[in-house]
Amino acid sequence: MNVAEIFETLEYGPAPESPAAANAWLDAHDRRFGLFIGGEWREPSSGEYFDSVNPANRRTLAAIAQADAGDVDRAVKAARAALAPWRALGAHGRARYLYAIARHMQKHARMFAVLETMDNGKPIRESRDIDIPLVARHFYHHAGWAQIAGRELEGYEPVGVVGQIIPWNFPMLMLAWKIAPALAMGNTVVLKPAEYTSLTALRFAELCAEVGLPAGVVNIITGDGRTGEALVKHDDVDKIAFTGSTDVGRIIRVATAGSGKKLSLELGGKSPFIVFEDADLDSVVEGVVDAIWFNQGQVCCAGSRILVQEGIADRLVAKLRARMETLRVGDPLDKGIDIGAIVAPVQLEQIERLVEQGREEGATIWQPSWSCPEDGYFYPPTLCTEVSPAATIAQVEIFGPVVVLMTFRTPGEAVALANNTRYGLAASVWTENVNLALDIAPKVKAGTIWINCTNVFDAASGFGGYRESGFGREGGREGLFEYVKPSWESHEPAGTRRRGKSARAGAAADAKRSTKRGGTDGMPAIDRTAKLYIGGKQARPDQGYSTPVTSADGVFVGEVGEGNRKDVRNAVEAAHKAEGWARATAHNRAQVLFYLAENLAARADEFADRIAAMTGDRKAAAAEVDASVQRLFTYAAWADKWDGAVHRTPFRNVTLAMHEPVGVIGVICPDEQPLLGFISAVAPAIALGNRVVAVPSVTAPLAATDLYQVLDTSDVPGGVVNIITGPRTDLANVLASHDDIDGLWYFAHDGGGAEVERLSAGNMKRTWIVAGRDWADPLQGEGEEYLRHASEVKNIWVPYGE
Amino acid sequence: MANMQRNTALERGGRPLRLHADRNPGFPLELDWVRDIRINRSAVERRAETIAKRRTVKKQWQAAWLLRAITLMDLTTLQGDDTEGTVRRLCAKARNPVRADLLESIGAADLPIRVAAVCVYHSFVATAVGALRGTGIPVAAVSAGFPAGLSPFDQRVAEIHASVAAGAREIDIVVTRSHVLNGDWEALYDEVRAFREACGDAHLKAILAVGELGTLRNVARASMVAMMAGADFIKTSTGKESVNATLPVSLVMVRTLRDYMERTGHAVGFKPAGGVRTAKQALDWMLLMKEELGNEWLTPERFRFGASSLLGDIERQIEHFATGRYSAQHRHPMA
Repeated sequence: MNVAEIFETLEYGPAPESPAAANAWLDAHDRRFGLFIGGEWREPSSGEYFDSVNPANRRTLAAIAQADAGDVDRAVKAARAALAPWRALGAHGRARYLYAIARHMQKHARMFAVLETMDNGKPIRESRDIDIPLVARHFYHHAGWAQIAGRELEGYEPVGVVGQIIPWNFPMLMLAWKIAPALAMGNTVVLKPAEYTSLTALRFAELCAEVGLPAGVVNIITGDGRTGEALVKHDDVDKIAFTGSTDVGRIIRVATAGSGKKLSLELGGKSPFIVFEDADLDSVVEGVVDAIWFNQGQVCCAGSRILVQEGIADRLVAKLRARMETLRVGDPLDKGIDIGAIVAPVQLEQIERLVEQGREEGATIWQPSWSCPEDGYFYPPTLCTEVSPAATIAQVEIFGPVVVLMTFRTPGEAVALANNTRYGLAASVWTENVNLALDIAPKVKAGTIWINCTNVFDAASGFGGYRESGFGREGGREGLFEYVKPSWESHEPAGTRRRGKSARAGAAADAKRSTKRGGTDGMPAIDRTAKLYIGGKQARPDQGYSTPVTSADGVFVGEVGEGNRKDVRNAVEAAHKAEGWARATAHNRAQVLFYLAENLAARADEFADRIAAMTGDRKAAAAEVDASVQRLFTYAAWADKWDGAVHRTPFRNVTLAMHEPVGVIGVICPDEQPLLGFISAVAPAIALGNRVVAVPSVTAPLAATDLYQVLDTSDVPGGVVNIITGPRTDLANVLASHDDIDGLWYFAHDGGGAEVERLSAGNMKRTWIVAGRDWADPLQGEGEEYLRHASEVKNIWVPYGE
Repeated sequence: MANMQRNTALERGGRPLRLHADRNPGFPLELDWVRDIRINRSAVERRAETIAKRRTVKKQWQAAWLLRAITLMDLTTLQGDDTEGTVRRLCAKARNPVRADLLESIGAADLPIRVAAVCVYHSFVATAVGALRGTGIPVAAVSAGFPAGLSPFDQRVAEIHASVAAGAREIDIVVTRSHVLNGDWEALYDEVRAFREACGDAHLKAILAVGELGTLRNVARASMVAMMAGADFIKTSTGKESVNATLPVSLVMVRTLRDYMERTGHAVGFKPAGGVRTAKQALDWMLLMKEELGNEWLTPERFRFGASSLLGDIERQIEHFATGRYSAQHRHPMA
């Protein structure tokens, strides 16, 4: 086409980014890559390789090594060997290396961007302007954290050897999100990139060598799911960090259950994109482009469900369709392309299948008039209207450039629709009304809320999900805690920690009925019956059985109800009804906790006697009651001080990191120190607005059941604390398999935590397994660690400017 | 009523079904259209920033686009020391904006490459009209108390009459900023309406002086009122404010223009002025127009650059395309 013709048509023409440098790099490696283990390149022991293909033209880019369990073991050993010297290097040394990585990323930015686009199919504009700059930013930011970690995270130390498994949609960015915080906190890593997109990770391995990173600190092993499985199951890995599908995340949760491995999961989403009638509609349209036509829609936090207020829906649909006509799909190396290639045929088939299903279920499927190139795996931008929440495409993650649109009438209905999903990764809210925006943001269950923007990320802001979108955060201060553990744990390894004196196991079958009963002056004591405590009322156990409680020397002390699954169900329902507790002011919750402490102190002798009757040590019992009162004070104090943060993200906005309660938390209390253990678990949870279903000490449950009256007199609203006595394992497993419970803490050291973790994979509830702490020691028994487990960090991005 | 019209116009893919071929006749003042306007500055800035990163033109495409840019240019001189001599020089440049040998070498010799208009103060309208006789290039006059627009209303109207009488076919007027800042939309409407009537057959470009309107929302509101009052073009700036044409402000005006078009079926032109100095900037604006409104808005009937130094940079870029060598300003005839 010549100048004169173009002068008339004003076509764009091609604007290709050259692949020459990337191809030269591939050629220099004979287009064949081994495994990067212990600072050296190794052949895979299986001798097996697979192809990495450019999805935009179906050409093979290189052969990638398939690591097997033996290779994984070598990589883990290399990481283990590198751990001690890497820790010994100190904060400043690690900061220097992270800084060097950041600088090198910038120096080689274009190479990484081009390679990423060739391997993944994403437009060069995105890899060049978004992915790679964010990678460099992530390493810079964490070079900073490495430098100041000693003071800022005092009392914490690295987790150890970390296994990291990342997806194919943002290969380098996910690598950075994984490796930067891990190294900054002093861990060493074994990272497995996704099989479709290994190349930039392999180039990164070279970069690590170029900056002189000590051998074994970063190990890159390639392969398919088998490699990932070997890494997940390796005994000497201390933590697994995974980003990918919810299905695989669930498998990893099950596979690591009971292993003691720390786990963070960043999984799928079906994020709402909420448009109110007073939004800037033209900007909304561009927001949708950034939400669902970014990275071909292969984005875990893609705004894939447009919820629009009914009165403006037709206008928005018309504007969207007009805009879709001007989107350009094609060669991702072209600088003027909006949508590149889908990563692989299997993904393309999934998109096609789901859209077809949507059509069959009655949706109107709209695509632009132009057609996609056919030399690669392309799919056009797609808008589905006439979609109801019941439609498959409204529920499942499509992971493609396909968005569904539904309408709502009121803000309340918008929230209901937004939360009508198993996921909870992100949400976007569009309105010019700041009151409305800040009202909706806390109500939507999602880890990230973007007000009048979407898909913006930064190293200083935590990213991660609620619900089945996973747990843990990446980025920001909140993300660092995924890669550290309290230092005291290393000094007192689990199992050797002090255990309180236990009363005898209280199962009905074991209990020796004793005729010894309390009473004075020849008069029998008035019978006291401890029922269950549900919704602020004492409730008879569903089955009508009770369990005797005996003292350490076998004397009958009393009876407690034997709770079952129906009692748990009722308690969970009561806990949900008490949702107002989450909205109560922090000051109000603090007052209630202080009052609880006051009322407990007033009855200190009575509680001490009761505990002594069960445990046999009156002096220790008195100390325990006193410690419990103090602990209540601690969390009354924290209730209105567990502040969020305003993150320093690099554009004109306020990024609010808000602490929100997790929701309804199941709490399995320790046997020892039956009152203090109970308070230590329950108090931090309710201080932050959670509601709990607690299973008290099995051996000495009366310390908890005696609290009913204290709770009643302390203005704790009904349903905030629910107490179910009975067989621990059964109750814990019912709680773990309950899909309307958001978190589960297991503080008993009978090994039951493994099953709890396994069963919790059902709805990906957050689990916290703690065995054998000295509850009297404030270092172990209280503090920010508890508060972190009792809260989710929600990042709300609020751009401003008139 | 308004909504019905809008929906009809939007029925197919956001493009109007019927666009009137004639001039924008204006529309009775609809204050609801003004109040309905929502502008999110951060989102607008993000879009403006990425337009030029999502699209680019290279090689012969770039050369062709730059030639088109020349035909969209109101070649302008608005200096206090302008003389008949300098105006005549400018008009000579307007007739032959690019060296003939360059056009020849890139296969563009037969293209109608001349600027869209020459823009001067009233005092030089007659000079310019004379210098451009036979070319078909219209003369535009800045008028109505340009650049502050604060001289007595009758004098401003009289100034328009005088310029039209002197042969100006386009009149660039400034609006009274205080009407916008105080939300006095009736006054703004009446003012622009009166200027439009004074123009007669000459086309009216309404300069909003966006750098003095404070907010993007005001820019959009003023744009909407100016169009309802019958402006043929809405224009960003006089070139005399401290902030002139920017991409975000242009995006807001262009979107408002589209909104007006969807509501009324009448097309209005857009003119960024002040600050557009480089070929790269010119391409950015053209990308914005093509992306937001399509090729119809890359014609002199609907889009103009107000520029005095832009042409020089475009010439150098075209020579670079023709020869592969970086050019120097002195190799191109000055205005």
